[in-house]
Amino acid sequence: MDLTPSEAQQMLRHSAQRFIAEHCDPAARRHAMQDPMGFKRQNWGKFADLGWLGLPFPEEVGGFGGGPVEVAILMEEFGRGLATEPYLSTVLLAGTLIAECGTEKQQKGLLPAIINGERLLSFAHYESDARAGLSEVHTVAQTDNHGWTLHGRKIAVLDAVSADVHMVSARLPGAQGAGLALFLVPKDAAGVTLRDAPRLGGGRVAELTFDHARLVPDARLGSGAEVLPTIQSVVDRAIVALSAGAAGMMRSMFDATLDYTKVRKQFGRPLAANQVIRHRLADMYVECEEARAMAARAALLVGADTDSTQRSLAASGAKVKIGRCARNVAEQAVQLHGAMGVTDELDLGLYFKRLLVFEALFGSVDYHLQRHAELFGNSRAE
Amino acid sequence: MSLSFTPEELRFRDEVRAFIAARLSPELRRASSLNVSFFSDPDIVAPWQRALHERGWVAPGWPREHGGPGWTATQRWIFESECAAAGTPQLSPMGIKMIGPVLMRFGTSEQKKFYLPRILSGEDRWCQGYSEPGSGSDLASLKTRAVRRGDHYAVNGTKIWTTHAHFANRMFALVRTSDEPRQQDGISFLLIDMASPGVTIRPIMMISGDHDVNQVFFDEVEVPLTNLIGEEGRGWTCGKYLLEFERGGGINSPKLRYALEKVRGLANSGLSYKAILLQKIATKLSEIELDVQTLEFLELQVLSALQRGENPGPVSSVLKLRASEIHQAISRVGVEMVGQNALVEETRRPLHALKDRPLIPEEVLSVVPRHLNGRANTIFGGSSEIQRDIIAKQVLGL
Repeated sequence: MDLTPSEAQQMLRHSAQRFIAEHCDPAARRHAMQDPMGFKRQNWGKFADLGWLGLPFPEEVGGFGGGPVEVAILMEEFGRGLATEPYLSTVLLAGTLIAECGTEKQQKGLLPAIINGERLLSFAHYESDARAGLSEVHTVAQTDNHGWTLHGRKIAVLDAVSADVHMVSARLPGAQGAGLALFLVPKDAAGVTLRDAPRLGGGRVAELTFDHARLVPDARLGSGAEVLPTIQSVVDRAIVALSAGAAGMMRSMFDATLDYTKVRKQFGRPLAANQVIRHRLADMYVECEEARAMAARAALLVGADTDSTQRSLAASGAKVKIGRCARNVAEQAVQLHGAMGVTDELDLGLYFKRLLVFEALFGSVDYHLQRHAELFGNSRAE
Repeated sequence: MSLSFTPEELRFRDEVRAFIAARLSPELRRASSLNVSFFSDPDIVAPWQRALHERGWVAPGWPREHGGPGWTATQRWIFESECAAAGTPQLSPMGIKMIGPVLMRFGTSEQKKFYLPRILSGEDRWCQGYSEPGSGSDLASLKTRAVRRGDHYAVNGTKIWTTHAHFANRMFALVRTSDEPRQQDGISFLLIDMASPGVTIRPIMMISGDHDVNQVFFDEVEVPLTNLIGEEGRGWTCGKYLLEFERGGGINSPKLRYALEKVRGLANSGLSYKAILLQKIATKLSEIELDVQTLEFLELQVLSALQRGENPGPVSSVLKLRASEIHQAISRVGVEMVGQNALVEETRRPLHALKDRPLIPEEVLSVVPRHLNGRANTIFGGSSEIQRDIIAKQVLGL
């Protein structure tokens, strides 16, 4: 047992911190938000140069063989600097799904292009009447001799506007089990409509409609095996990565609040001279430390050789614990900034909105609390 | 970064498990599980301490030169975890974890040679003389006075909330030896023999019905000058050093995990509640489970820092704050789980030696008293408000 980061892990953190300091200052952040893609493409090239785009992929396909702990280090620093690059969509979701269920041809065709920064992907899974359960998919894929026809509508597709290829989940009529499959859909395929909007706090989000979209025969990801367990596993790991990002955002909000309450004077003394403020800051600090610890723990657990229940427990647990802490830190940070906290003149509001995104993505805190309680009870009953 | 144990550490774990299996009798385990106070009663502790002493395992944190096992931080973690999981009696921290480290750091070689072995053997039982009726959170305002008179101090005054004073033969105490502009500067750290003439003990009963704490009065009590620890007027430094051990030096999460498991066990003991209530309780248990996991990881981070030779610093206040709150959350949900069985007020002690069959099942007996006693968790050892003050000042630089 030793929780000391390795030298390589420390170097990774330093390079992420350097990148954030150089490219994610407040002015650059606002500038990136004006970009129609939601981020600056030249930054993506730097991600590739730094080796981050290949970080979680196996060495056989040109990756660096990093695990959830390394991903969490990057995500925490991205969170601190509020980076808007589509790392989650391209690398952690679509890229990882290709690495884990793609055929050899699909892996060779796409992973090198992801790793060198040429290709961007989105992951289109959620639908408007689905809650958080990953199996609720109504988009349908039908096959004939000439390929596939895809029909349905996806919401909350992150970074779709910049994606070259969308990875889309669909139900196969008459199939056994959950009957889900994933399809690689080129952005310009006939029958695909994209409606894009700004995403809360930075980045882009879209609705994708597939109106009997025609796909080639090998558009289906993998060789025909059921994909729901892999989707579940990839999403659980994405939640853990997002949790590390949330811990980073919380820390930035806390630091800004601490600085502000030290210099802002009312009644002739700094706000932080009042015990009610000091105690609230102490509680926020404790929550930041707890969130960081829980994110690190979850990353270690999903990286270890654990079964799917343990992985899901770690992911739901991180979501609940960090979600609760994040909400309090975010709300108190705004509160302690007074009226300035609700203006768009500070970046505080961007962090507040990005933490809302963290809460809303892949199931609410309450959903994951229920899921944790059920999984925990079942794992004990076995 | 790794959470897994090395093969040597796993062998050590097996060794600890085998020791506990061999030496913890079912009677002792039952008595310990029915103990509701913060410290186990001496008649529960004594046999277990003897067993540990034979093996050299009484004081996990002590270095070899003072009779400790000289364990690494990870070995200490393993030992504490195994003891908690098995429900062993808890040795009083006042000798091993409080005055022991102070003697090692500030004591003379005569003091170390005399007192340390007696802590390990259980021959000496210590109590803590810090709080006074007028000095709780504002500890430095304390008034118990020690005046030099020849080869001894004459001590007058009173201490309160003195846990197990009625079992202790010695007290370590903060006393005022002079009046200085900064009140911390006039405080000294003294060791007092509880059998000295002029010492009287008044029991204080708690809302649970337990007698753990007392008020202690000193009327012209003679204490030899050789019982001073460190320099006269520098007692505050010793006192603060000790409080850091009281707050964060310990490993709390394994005990909290054990307490949570016990509360979970109440759901299987055939008590009747509505299924819907259990659903709500299941999510509450999950939230507490996650709090315990988080605290556990924070404690492991401290252990890793200690192992690297770093000082964990004021994080002890974070750990104390969270551990005390989690402790209370566990005992509170325990009360919810026993339903109307919570109505029975059982004030007889000890619970493992009741003469007749109580109205409620044995596993439920300790639930309410533990909850009531647990309210003190966020008050003793520096209240949660004081811990937040310390975090604001020492960690946040406010």
